[in-house]
Amino acid sequence: MSETVNQTNPSFGKLIRKAVQSFGLPRLIIAGFLLLLFILAPFVNADLPMQITNTINRFSWNAVLVLAMVPMVHSGCGLNFGLPLGIVAGLLGGTLSIELGFRGPASFFISILIATPFALLFGGGYGWLLNRIKGGEMMIATYVGFSSVSFMCMMWLLLPYHSPNMVWGLSGKGLRTTISLEGYYDKALANFLQINIGKLSIPVGTLLFFAVLAFGMWAFLHTKTGTAMTAVGSNPTFARAAGINVDRIRLLSVIMSTWLGAVGILVYEQGFGFIQLYNAPFYMALPAVSAILIGGASVNKASIMNVIIGTFLFQGIVTMTPTVMNNMIHMDMSEVIRMIASNGMILYALTRKTEVRR
Amino acid sequence: MSVKTVPAKGAGKSIGSFLAGNSVPIMFILICAVCIPVSGFSFTYLLNEIMSRLGRNAFLILSLLIPIMAGMGLNFGMTLGAMAGEIALIFVSDWQIWGIPGMVLAMIISVPFSVLLGLFCGKILNMAKGREMITSYIISFFINGVYQLIVLYMMGPIIPISHSSIKLPRGYGIRNTVSLLNMRQSLDNAVSFRIAGVKIPVITLLIIVCMCLLIIWFRRTKLGQDMRAVGQDMQVAKDAGIDVERTRIISIVISTVLAGLGMIIYLQNMGNLSTYSSHSQVGMFCIAALLVGGASVDKASIGNVFLGVILFHTMFIVAPNAGTKITGDSMIGEYFRVFVSYGVITVALVMYETKKRRAKAGNGRQLQLEQEAIK
Amino acid sequence: MTTANQTAVPLLEMRNVKKDFFGNQVLTDINLKLNAGEVLGLVGENGAGKTTLMKILFGMDEIRETGGYGGEILLNGEKVSFSSPFDALAKGIGMVHQEFSLIPGFTATENILLNREPKRHSVVAEVFGERFNKLDRGAMKQQAEAAIDKMGVYIDGEMTISQMPVGHKQFTEIARELSKDQLKLLILDEPTAVLTEHEAIALLDSIRGMASRGIAVIFITHRLQEILSVCDRVAVMRDGCLVQDVNAKETSVQEITRWMVGRTVAGTEASHREIREGKVIMSIRRLWVDMPGETVRDVNLDVFEGEILGIGGLAGQGKLGIPNGVMGLYEAGGKVLFQGKEIALNAPRRCLDASLAFVSEDRRGVGLLLDESLEWNIAFPAMQIQNKFLKNYLGGLVKWRDEKAIREVTEKYIDELAIRCTSSRQNAKELSGGNQQKVCLAKAFALEPQFLFVSEPTRGIDVGAKALVLNALKKFNQESGVTIVMISSELEELRQVCDRIAIVSGGKIAGILPATDSSEDFGMLMVSQVK
Repeated sequence: MSETVNQTNPSFGKLIRKAVQSFGLPRLIIAGFLLLLFILAPFVNADLPMQITNTINRFSWNAVLVLAMVPMVHSGCGLNFGLPLGIVAGLLGGTLSIELGFRGPASFFISILIATPFALLFGGGYGWLLNRIKGGEMMIATYVGFSSVSFMCMMWLLLPYHSPNMVWGLSGKGLRTTISLEGYYDKALANFLQINIGKLSIPVGTLLFFAVLAFGMWAFLHTKTGTAMTAVGSNPTFARAAGINVDRIRLLSVIMSTWLGAVGILVYEQGFGFIQLYNAPFYMALPAVSAILIGGASVNKASIMNVIIGTFLFQGIVTMTPTVMNNMIHMDMSEVIRMIASNGMILYALTRKTEVRR
Repeated sequence: MSVKTVPAKGAGKSIGSFLAGNSVPIMFILICAVCIPVSGFSFTYLLNEIMSRLGRNAFLILSLLIPIMAGMGLNFGMTLGAMAGEIALIFVSDWQIWGIPGMVLAMIISVPFSVLLGLFCGKILNMAKGREMITSYIISFFINGVYQLIVLYMMGPIIPISHSSIKLPRGYGIRNTVSLLNMRQSLDNAVSFRIAGVKIPVITLLIIVCMCLLIIWFRRTKLGQDMRAVGQDMQVAKDAGIDVERTRIISIVISTVLAGLGMIIYLQNMGNLSTYSSHSQVGMFCIAALLVGGASVDKASIGNVFLGVILFHTMFIVAPNAGTKITGDSMIGEYFRVFVSYGVITVALVMYETKKRRAKAGNGRQLQLEQEAIK
Repeated sequence: MTTANQTAVPLLEMRNVKKDFFGNQVLTDINLKLNAGEVLGLVGENGAGKTTLMKILFGMDEIRETGGYGGEILLNGEKVSFSSPFDALAKGIGMVHQEFSLIPGFTATENILLNREPKRHSVVAEVFGERFNKLDRGAMKQQAEAAIDKMGVYIDGEMTISQMPVGHKQFTEIARELSKDQLKLLILDEPTAVLTEHEAIALLDSIRGMASRGIAVIFITHRLQEILSVCDRVAVMRDGCLVQDVNAKETSVQEITRWMVGRTVAGTEASHREIREGKVIMSIRRLWVDMPGETVRDVNLDVFEGEILGIGGLAGQGKLGIPNGVMGLYEAGGKVLFQGKEIALNAPRRCLDASLAFVSEDRRGVGLLLDESLEWNIAFPAMQIQNKFLKNYLGGLVKWRDEKAIREVTEKYIDELAIRCTSSRQNAKELSGGNQQKVCLAKAFALEPQFLFVSEPTRGIDVGAKALVLNALKKFNQESGVTIVMISSELEELRQVCDRIAIVSGGKIAGILPATDSSEDFGMLMVSQVK
């Protein structure tokens, strides 16, 4: 055949083109952009150690939320646009632990404990729903997330919370939009084993916590059930023919994703120092989705490495662009650039021909 | 030839299926029936509001019909058209052209923008067949970023904007709100009269009626027929020689252009333009309204549009007040109506997907019965 | 009719048409002539090359994409070369495919005139282009009715396709072809397969009517009786060659059957093993399976322990439905006993637990994880069903994948079946068809089943790989004593490997014969109750 003749002498340009193809052009642009930012930073008098600290910090806040994408991608449920549902479970855990009077770093773990039954319950219902609408998961996930957030908006007002640190001072009922975590689980993980070298400070505790969860996920994917989950995502018909209960595995993956979402928001809050209620969780799925895609995942394939690389790149851009841009052209275009880059990345992934056959 | 007839359904069953098929509108009628008395609004006030919102929103919602016909689902990318309309209005207000001439000019300017955006959206959606909705949804976010880049940074230094009333004090970018006071309801008030205290915006309504007629006419054209064919089965349409990709792009372009025009009508009624947020909610509310009117992801009629506008906006008007009266908190109603909008879209999407799956389910029972019969 | 135009230039002439798919010869030197108003019956087993021949004639894309064809085709004495079906249509060739190509929500009229609707000219169209012309519904109705009249079978033009009985859909397709004024040659690909008896008779009348109007018809069917009653000539294809081209009046069903299945080439010899009418290992009773295109109705079948049973039959008759139904992949009903115990249907896991295994005919869709490594593909079912290749930690709470054991078993099968790959880590999608098939077999072997269904094991793979696969199956049966049920469209292949062969026709078992029986006997069974 004539094709083989052409392949005998691969030119350098072709090799590069091949590398670009396998890595994906948008991903390359984003990585290159971040690299450029790091190179530019010293020239425009940006405080590099400070920037790196910020990047690492933001990485530690967000990594678990991105990790929450992995189980559902593996089982073929697609990108978890329904992440807000897990976040809502986490918010319930956080607010209830405060309401019940737990204080200090321990309240972080109590929050996780309280959030868990909610996450299992929500995840179970959500998974059941997604099993009934195979093929349309992503759109419905988006709206399940939105519905749950807007439903909770009413609930935050109506649920009988009393803790004076959380409710509106004037009326004495209804939760505030932002609740300070000082005295509760603010920096619960971050302060654990924190390393400070000059201006550089590394929240080792948070990173360790993420590492434990990431290791757990990695380990799970190496077990029998984890293997089945990957197979379900790769080819559901194959899995069914091999005697796998596809619906059950998908349900499990959705519950795992939801639980990780709940834990993820709590980790985020302990780093950020505040609980944000009402409309805040609305658009939290999109950054997490685009982060994992930037890290090299596709609609039906994702690894722990994708999570780490993606979160780092995404958060790197989020922290670096404002300062570098500001110092350079005195215009803060970071928000806009973030929007275009992250949504562009999602669009790129959606238009790839990775359609799973059903 | 023996033709097996479908077993006739009993009358009771048909009422049941009517209720099931129209559960969303019926639920809304119930919500409205409870909330209207509680809210304590006068009937005239309500009618006035509904009439005003009908004029404001109907055109926008009509723009959703054509992509549904072409099988591309709910066009979340109508936001693109809304942005094109807004850019046109920004220019027109910078040039200080007001009233109806301003509106007409804005409409003319919006068209090329809409066409470009529609082409872009249509091309991308052709690359993501089978997941058009989520893709068009993400496109709206993506283009929103581009829109902000243009409006917030390029307007001023690159695109000349002279009038200081719309420019940010820092010298570039557009203010958060652009007042359209000199254009406010110029269309609605051009010819209007009151019936029993209810203002009738004659010209706006006429435009909407014309649009409806246009859509009805469009359905009967060759292009309309092709779109219906493409919407039902792309492969068959392709085999018959219809240019599927092009037809789909055209449907999105038409929708985007109509959304752009609709947005201008919408904003002239509102009287001001929230530069960075007007468009973001408009798509969601229009889609919710259409679904409330009884439309589904693959089927929508002009009737659905009007029923939807009336029901959805009645709920929208009365919910905050009713919520306050019931719970004593003014925010509850606000959140409730947002929740309902999202909830309705969720329910409609779930119903569409389950229907699609049920249609695929086989005829095993039939086989079993046949076999029993032999026994 | 036949004699009338004999001297004139034939409407269609094929000269030495040949076609290969990447070195695999599927058509050899086809010479065929067809006159206007003539009806040609084209018969042959599946894979004989009928469909490929028609695809060439109709200018289908896939022919060009796979390297075009050899020889030439002449229409009215003029050489033609179609670059798309639209070219063929323009030259007056119409084709009714087996799968319906209809818009479900449209009426028959709209479908008949799809994309050829008469339009009423309007001013708007001057500005925006032709597609803004309004459809002329009145003219549409007239044209559609004219086409339906021409067909001679009445269907309601206003009826929506989705509400039609399946036969009417078929007639709508035919009417669509007839509504094309330029139509000179109509190809009907198994049009009666979905029709009731009444409808089929009406269709045959309609074919006669078309012929009398001067339209030439190529009629492909497995119902030989129909061929004899309506065709002027019969062309029989086998193994990519046109083996007979005779006057329909001068032949019989028996003779055609013999031409269809008879092999002139010797060298394949049926297996001569003693038939062990021993213990029944599986008995199937009153099985129905709802597998689209392969419906199974009321099948009763006993399989003996240790034998290789073949299931053959023409495509679409239901032979594939049997394993897919028993193994729970498609909705099924009835009763299946395995070693005296009933196996639940519609639950793949139960079958696998009972140590049954299945190699699916749909390699890429069901058989493989295309995006995963060979290791995963081969080890996965055994790992999930039998807890093989796992290490237990924490008292069995954690079942860890044992990569080493997986590699070992994979490499063992790579050697045994001579799977050609770069390593056991290679992704399944990168292998050739034959090697993919071997991976599917290895997957089933790794389960160490007592009973194995193998569906179309040699479909789409080259000759060398074919022999290897069949030998592997034989060896597996002899050495491990595994009962094998092999389903295949190729009768010769079944006769080489199997002890007994059951022929499925019309969704039912038409008969079971020892593999040593003559091809003609099998052929008669194949066409016995074709539906």
